Amino acid sequence: MTDRIADIYGLRTPHAKGTVWPARVDQYLDPGTEERDVESWVQSACLLCSNGCGMDIAVKDGRMVGVRGRATDVVNHGRLGPKGLYGSTRWASAGDRLTRPLVREGGRLVETDWDTAMGRIVEKSRALLDEKGPLSHGFYTSGQLFLEEYYTLAVIGKAGLGTPHMDGNTRLCTATSAAAFKESFGADGQPGSYTDIEHCDAIFLYGHNMPETQTVLWMRILDRTRGDDPPRIVCVDPRRTLVALEAERTGGVHLAPRVGTNLALMNGLTRELFEHGWVDDDWVAARTLGVDELRSTVEEWTPEKVADVCGVDADDVRRAARIFGESEGVLSTVLQGFYQSHQATAASVAVHNLHLLRGMIGRPGAGILQMNGQPTAQNNRECGADGDLPGFRNWDNPTHVQQLADAWDVDVMTIPHWAPPTHAMQIFSYAEAGSIGLLWISATNPAVSMPESARIRRILDGDQCFVIVQDLFLTETAELADVVLPAAGWGEKTGCFTNVNRTVHLSEKAVEPPGEARSDLDIFLMYADAMGFTNSSGQPLIGWRTPEEAFDAWAAVTAGRPVDYTGLSYDKLRGLSGIPWPVNEEHPDGTDRLYADAVFPTDTDYCETYGHDLATGGTVTETEHRAMNPAGRAFLKGAAYTPAHEEPSENFPLLYTTGRTVYHFHTRTKTGRSGDLNRAAPDAWVELSAADAAARGIEEGDWVRVASPRGAIEVRARVGNVMAGAVFAPFHYGHWEPGADLGGGHDDANRRLANELTMTVWDPVSKQPTFKTAACQVTRLRAGDGPSPAPTTTASAPDTDRPPPAPQRRPRATQGGKPTTSTQPPATPYYLLDPSQPPERASTSSFAEGDR
Amino acid sequence: MPHLTTYIGLADHSEKTLADSFRAAAEGHAHVADVFHICQMFAEWSEDNREALAPIIQRYGEADDVDEPERLHAAGLAETRKGEVGLLRDLQDLHVLATLVQTTWTVIAQGAQGLRDRDLLEVAQHAGDQTSRQLTWLNTRMKQAAPQALIVAP
Ligand code: SF4
Repeated sequence: MTDRIADIYGLRTPHAKGTVWPARVDQYLDPGTEERDVESWVQSACLLCSNGCGMDIAVKDGRMVGVRGRATDVVNHGRLGPKGLYGSTRWASAGDRLTRPLVREGGRLVETDWDTAMGRIVEKSRALLDEKGPLSHGFYTSGQLFLEEYYTLAVIGKAGLGTPHMDGNTRLCTATSAAAFKESFGADGQPGSYTDIEHCDAIFLYGHNMPETQTVLWMRILDRTRGDDPPRIVCVDPRRTLVALEAERTGGVHLAPRVGTNLALMNGLTRELFEHGWVDDDWVAARTLGVDELRSTVEEWTPEKVADVCGVDADDVRRAARIFGESEGVLSTVLQGFYQSHQATAASVAVHNLHLLRGMIGRPGAGILQMNGQPTAQNNRECGADGDLPGFRNWDNPTHVQQLADAWDVDVMTIPHWAPPTHAMQIFSYAEAGSIGLLWISATNPAVSMPESARIRRILDGDQCFVIVQDLFLTETAELADVVLPAAGWGEKTGCFTNVNRTVHLSEKAVEPPGEARSDLDIFLMYADAMGFTNSSGQPLIGWRTPEEAFDAWAAVTAGRPVDYTGLSYDKLRGLSGIPWPVNEEHPDGTDRLYADAVFPTDTDYCETYGHDLATGGTVTETEHRAMNPAGRAFLKGAAYTPAHEEPSENFPLLYTTGRTVYHFHTRTKTGRSGDLNRAAPDAWVELSAADAAARGIEEGDWVRVASPRGAIEVRARVGNVMAGAVFAPFHYGHWEPGADLGGGHDDANRRLANELTMTVWDPVSKQPTFKTAACQVTRLRAGDGPSPAPTTTASAPDTDRPPPAPQRRPRATQGGKPTTSTQPPATPYYLLDPSQPPERASTSSFAEGDR
Repeated sequence: MPHLTTYIGLADHSEKTLADSFRAAAEGHAHVADVFHICQMFAEWSEDNREALAPIIQRYGEADDVDEPERLHAAGLAETRKGEVGLLRDLQDLHVLATLVQTTWTVIAQGAQGLRDRDLLEVAQHAGDQTSRQLTWLNTRMKQAAPQALIVAP
């Protein structure tokens, strides 16, 4: 029995390089429920981060009562993390679920029926279409819907209405990952695989606090760093995270660059590869374009110059580059520390450059994982709910647009392809001006998660734009809407989603949704029906009714594209779970890693984009692209470092950076309704270095005010492990607060929203907002009556190099999760495509298909 | 080479006008975050081009008295317009200005070739490349802004 709040990663199962990751099945059941009471286990996958761990849902008396990892799943080999265990099911039976539609009457939201609510939407929608046309409509979705829902919405938006204004909150979490792939390789698509962990000699984590964002993936790494012939870890992060500690332990390097200087560091690492001849010249000449320009771009970035700009040690830069240059196989992972920071796309592309210079891509152990934040962000990108065209098609390529027009049987002019799709921040600007008069928000909470949140609330609250919100709860955003639609959630509907390394899972309906709540798919279909969208033949535009039909329609439009789903079906996704795309005739069992043949989707007629100027976002034209004749070669693209948009000043001398904690997901809509998780991280805090705290007379637990030129929060201080000159605030906490029974009831809820301080500014290529570079000041307000509420188990742990504070302020160890079990199956199952397992084991596996 | 000297003066002058105009656009459209930041960056690029040209101006001497190419002189963006259509028009004005700057650099690069003046050639080519990047962005941004501005903007 393990308390997985205290013991986040559970028992180690160390193993040697090149051997398969052993299975371990983690399980949680609600108190009072025994395993024999469970009436059915329903196949699914976890929806609380981008890792997408295969899991089964325990059902009893029509309720979800727990979860169990799927031992045969290629992603997690049975393991689950604290969020998956404690956070997956509790929200579903929370007393404050939305069960009926709401409409605004005289300034108040009142309950109504579906006909009335949908009637209002359709009336408004028709009026705007008549008056202003489709550009008056905007859609803002999530990273948490299912593939079938994104695709249906994409068809409604692009072929039914014809609006380019559609994006997801994936813009906030994963847009840079997609943009970086497109720039380097010609199309989106994760090159690497989780199986690279078993084969690499070094793992570089760039701005990726994996122990908190994807706990199960971190377990997979720990089982290698604690086993024989372990990889060395290199950590790039301004905080001394668990990754940094592991870097120290494995003889790797922790580089803590000043916030906003990632690209300077990357340019320095790239220069070292050139300087020391760690470049595979033949491979680079045959498989890439742009090496000479890249060399001259990075030429000035000596380790000393990097040290000067980034505040790191020049020798550490040399050591990190040497590890990269001398390893046989390096796995690189990248996340928000790069994506949500200054020069995001250029810095992420620089990671690709390092791999390309060494020809380190497409073989086990040599991989790239540009991570996602949210569980279904990948599908948002694939299906085109982020504004892109479905199937990684190029909006600038008339043939690609025609393919969709043919598939949907509509006039090609209907499909908005005349300009780049409108990104989230621009959609909100149009809504602010009223030129978007109808904004439909599904399964996301921009009032908390978007930068400069006071402005976002003003936009949603104003009369200039009609706002529809469909969600599980009355979130901070839903409170401001004109119509609120109650949605069914995970476990209450069927559909598929794809994790960060292209692995597709089917998640089956386990229980009925509460009250009148309906699946997002059904809601979109209801709107399409009511609007009467038809194709050129006069038939309904959306020809499907069920998730499975939607999936098949989606698979059909992916034919011949990099993201090929044509070999997948609901039937195929049942059983041994987790199949990575492309799945087609050539790869009937899926594909573990892309680019094994070093042919990249850059051909002018095939690519998803012609590319951009990384510094400005200016687009490369088709003619320019054709002139380069990429023909399957990858692009090496560099950019000059420029200082961040907001540098520290006299009034705001500290750098402000936001992030997440292991116990919460997004704006806590689900995790805040699990007492185990919420009690572990019950309220907001801010982390300061010991030096910055001492200079301000701040002690552990004191109430402080953190202010930027845009806003302020008042929270308690953790004297912690952030680098001097920087402060860190978790972004999860809005004004919604769970009840005291779940560890809630804090009265600072109106003064703790981290995004009050962030800036409205975005990366020129990916358009991802920059949450991690703002200037701020911290001042002490008053003494606290105990330690800050920050967890002690993670990067937010107190500074251990200092003597502990006075006893009443001493942080108490984070613990108290309900019991869970972990069991190791007698034999490790056979994982299709796993390079650690010889193929002949398939027939001798003790796990028959369908087992767990 | 009185005319080359004049063109060098024109390059200097029109880059200054362009830098000032980018700055004016940044300030006038400060609430449009990407325009605000990129236009400021572009103003610096234009100033950098002038800085690179400075030693060459010293070498060739100023030639303010030759006024023939002055007819090519485009006015800067003295005042910015408002709203989405206003932004579109301002971007278009910047595009006209940047085109003048770019062709000026092309002409100078040709002269530098003829004179085998490597320093001048390098400056003119680099500056011309930077101006192309400014033009590409302006074009990209106008394409993005146009549909909404022309059809729906209040
Ligand atoms: S790692 Fe992510 S997907 Fe896996 S159990 Fe934890 S939250 Fe769920």
